[in-house]
Amino acid sequence: MTYTELAITAVVLVVLFDLFVFRTSLVKRKVFWVSYSIIISFQLITNGVLTGLRIVRYSGDAIVGSSTPSHHAPPFFGDGRIAFAPFEDLLFGFALVLLTLVMWVWLGRLGVQRTPMAGPPHKLVSRLLRTQDASEKSQ
Amino acid sequence: MAHFTYLGVLAFCLLGTGWLELLLRTRVYRRALRLLAAIVPVLIIFTAWDVYAISRNHWSFDSRFITGISVIGHVPLDEVCFFIVIPVCAILTLEAVRSARGWTVGDERVTRTSEDTQ
Repeated sequence: MTYTELAITAVVLVVLFDLFVFRTSLVKRKVFWVSYSIIISFQLITNGVLTGLRIVRYSGDAIVGSSTPSHHAPPFFGDGRIAFAPFEDLLFGFALVLLTLVMWVWLGRLGVQRTPMAGPPHKLVSRLLRTQDASEKSQ
Repeated sequence: MAHFTYLGVLAFCLLGTGWLELLLRTRVYRRALRLLAAIVPVLIIFTAWDVYAISRNHWSFDSRFITGISVIGHVPLDEVCFFIVIPVCAILTLEAVRSARGWTVGDERVTRTSEDTQ
């Protein structure tokens, strides 16, 4: 299988795990999508470093785009790439993150260190969050 | 020092999320057993994927920027670290959002109602 085929398969499988095997239903929760949108922003930066500097190189036979060039950086955008990385990496990352969170939540449900629960934030941060909430409401 | 570039990116990820444990009180590192139990299956599955991908030449690594230590099936130590660090960061992010927003995640001890799925 190519990387493209494997990455798509992984996303489908992990979503099925979430919905029907472990029944964590994270993909139906706002908390997951907000967390994932934060994670993907940092993935684009860190993976951009790994792929832009060609620390990790890809074979054109395995991805939709072309091979990582041997003497210069791959395109920043286009030819199947987003922020230097093959778009397949975003599917790979999604499967990695969702599977991890499914395991974490499932274990909590089983009672494995369900507590101490997260929060509330430290005073310094909660003050900041409250200010942000207030400005959102006033808009 | 170039050999530590890949690991340096991972160190950045750990530093970038570490403060959440203190300031958002995510209590993820504090629940080390659960953290370990969540990561191990992910580590095994994704390392297996890595072994396959490297053997089929889907991707390869510039030996100047990695430690040069291989774990199994030509998988660099750096990659194995990746499959530990990224899951830790993902869990810290989820718990930080829960802490900041108070949204339910699905492991709360409540009878499941329609309110549970936000």
